[in-house]
Amino acid sequence: MSRADSLESLKTRIAGIERARAVEAAVLAGTGHAGIDAALGGGLARGRVHEVFAAQAEDAGCAAGFVAGLALRLGLRLDGTLVWLREIQAEKQGGRLHAPGLVEIGLDPARVIIGVLPDPQAVLRAAADVVRCPEVGVAVIELWREPRLLDLTASRRLALAAETSGVTVIALRIAASPSPSAAQTRWQVSAAASAPMEANAPGYPAWRVELLRQRGRPSGGDWRVEWNREQACFANADTASDCGPDAGGFAAIAAAPSGAVLPFSAGRPVDAPPRLRHAG
Amino acid sequence: MRHPDCDTPDDTPLVLVEKVRGAMRIAATCSQAAALGLNAGLALADARAQVPLLAVTDHDPAADLAWLERLADHCDRFTPLVAIEAPDALALDITGCAHLFGGEAPLLADVARFMARWSDDVRLACGDTPEAAQALARFAPAGTSFESEDATLRRLPVAALRIEEETQTALIRAGLKTIGDLAMRPSAPLAARFGEDLVDSLDRLLGTADSRITPRRAAPALRFERRFAEPIGRTEAAMAAIGELAEEAAVVLEQRGMGGRRFIARFFRSDGRTYDLATESSLPMRDPDVLMRLLNERLAALADPVDPGFGFDMIRLAVPRIEPLTPAQLQLEGGCVADEAMAELVDRLSTRLGRGAIRRFEPRDSHVPEQAALTLPAVDLPAPAAWDAPQQGEPPARPIHLFDPPQPIEVIAEVPDGPPHRFRWRRSQHHVVRFEGPERIAAQWWKHAPGKSPGLTRDYYRVEDARGRRFWIFRHGLYETEKPDPRWYVHGLFA
Repeated sequence: MSRADSLESLKTRIAGIERARAVEAAVLAGTGHAGIDAALGGGLARGRVHEVFAAQAEDAGCAAGFVAGLALRLGLRLDGTLVWLREIQAEKQGGRLHAPGLVEIGLDPARVIIGVLPDPQAVLRAAADVVRCPEVGVAVIELWREPRLLDLTASRRLALAAETSGVTVIALRIAASPSPSAAQTRWQVSAAASAPMEANAPGYPAWRVELLRQRGRPSGGDWRVEWNREQACFANADTASDCGPDAGGFAAIAAAPSGAVLPFSAGRPVDAPPRLRHAG
Repeated sequence: MRHPDCDTPDDTPLVLVEKVRGAMRIAATCSQAAALGLNAGLALADARAQVPLLAVTDHDPAADLAWLERLADHCDRFTPLVAIEAPDALALDITGCAHLFGGEAPLLADVARFMARWSDDVRLACGDTPEAAQALARFAPAGTSFESEDATLRRLPVAALRIEEETQTALIRAGLKTIGDLAMRPSAPLAARFGEDLVDSLDRLLGTADSRITPRRAAPALRFERRFAEPIGRTEAAMAAIGELAEEAAVVLEQRGMGGRRFIARFFRSDGRTYDLATESSLPMRDPDVLMRLLNERLAALADPVDPGFGFDMIRLAVPRIEPLTPAQLQLEGGCVADEAMAELVDRLSTRLGRGAIRRFEPRDSHVPEQAALTLPAVDLPAPAAWDAPQQGEPPARPIHLFDPPQPIEVIAEVPDGPPHRFRWRRSQHHVVRFEGPERIAAQWWKHAPGKSPGLTRDYYRVEDARGRRFWIFRHGLYETEKPDPRWYVHGLFA
């Protein structure tokens, strides 16, 4: 075999090895929101890692709802299982996942398996197993704060496993700040005022969603989206009335039925009758 | 029985003492002390007066029981049916086991050899009923041959019946000193004079009434064992032997059309210590490869690793729980395969992380929010349940995160039943911009005794604060009718 021939055969072999690992064109799942889909070039890629950061720890509930919505868009409407891994600490601090609440988002709790694990290490180890199982539809890995174990290597390992098995991974990060990772997209979610229903009742779930980064496409984008359970899609919420921080919310309530407004303490009940603060 | 960790010289009489109504009294004695006339119940001061050189240790019944439990674990190698007869005896049901050891006498010799490692004061006996065996062990003089069990039993004193002391004294006064004396008499007059219990214990002792032991563990549905002539010193080799047993088990299970839901691999170390590896599966299974993967997971996850020490001389694979398992038919869409793959993932994670770590939701018919949904171990719950559909066109009525217990908040609210205006939760102030409610959820009055307060009514509000966060908060108790100043709580967070 001549030198050129052997070089050629080596090249084909390397190409074969690389193709096995090469990123095949991912299946895109549209979010239903025109602006987001345009920015993503069609939708969210399946079989990839997507990171969702809660803007503040208090936004944990919002971010969980957004993740449930994403999971539905990623194919859980029809089939598949959602595996949601979290720490015991998260369960205590942020409240446990409430099945009737998942039903209200449109997710069937019968198709959800939750893992409540003692520490971030156990979460990541279990995640490695879950992501390797192609029968899992979507895996949600909820991590609080910034565990040392979740470095670039760990996130790359997850991304590779997800590409091989086709499981879509959503890393839900709470009380953490974005850091380099192998994720396909990175989002930041915070609560947004909902479009009020009749009698000024809170409306459908609404979020302010920011696309911090995505691979291979320009990043950036900031939308206010609303969740439509009936069609299981995200919709534009910009039509909803804006309510700035500390806007005159009381004005709305001031018109509410009159009565005395009293403080109620969270501590031990006071013996003396509470002082009258304001007579409506 | 002398504890192994007791370091007094062997020839010193040993007594265990406990405090009875302020006085130190002997609770148990060793054989030398007993030979010197020291008995349980004697005051320690009196005992010291009789025998000045006396080793005294505190009586610890819990440690005794733990020791007995360990010995019972060791006896598991002779028969799966082992019972503890507190405070100082073990009963082994050897029905159908003796032939494995070549008969009752060789089995007894085997047990004696085995027990000699821990104690030089073990009394053993074999009997037709558990009571007979105990009576022979406790009361038959040493060196009695058990050729004629009935004759030996008849020579035992009435104390062997283990009846109340008063009855014993009454029997002896009546001249009935041995079991034989009693057995000769008709039972009706005995029952009339000494009570029904006496006749019952006599019948059980002599085997005319049926009597069984209550084993610590139920006998497994299937078990497979391997004994080694030479102890094997490596855990890997033991696991390989377990693998062979798993294959045997798979063959038997397949013949019966069954699959196991629970498997226990037990390692018997030659010095008597035992280790268990237990695993569970959410679907019945018999595939030896899958089983071995689960057991290896369990082995890797053990907090207290399996230490072969001087080697294992026996291993056993028990299948305590079996369920029908028909050969699976492949579906065209692959639904069956997907279910099985998910079940396997759940089994693997549950085996490694504990059965409570991987859970599924289960609906409950309760209007109390925290009881409406349970999370149960996923290995227990293979069949998914149906959930109520939400109301069309309405925003979510239940939060995605639920706090249990609810978190107390400071609230400024309208009285008597108005909505909250603002509240303070986790050191930050929230101004309520929108609200809906109240949704009144009453306490479960039907679960409480009449006349007693069933608990407070909760008035739930869905509120949204100025920054767009949605909370589920409630007032615990109706203002003034139930409570003068009801407390407020955050119960959940909406998406």
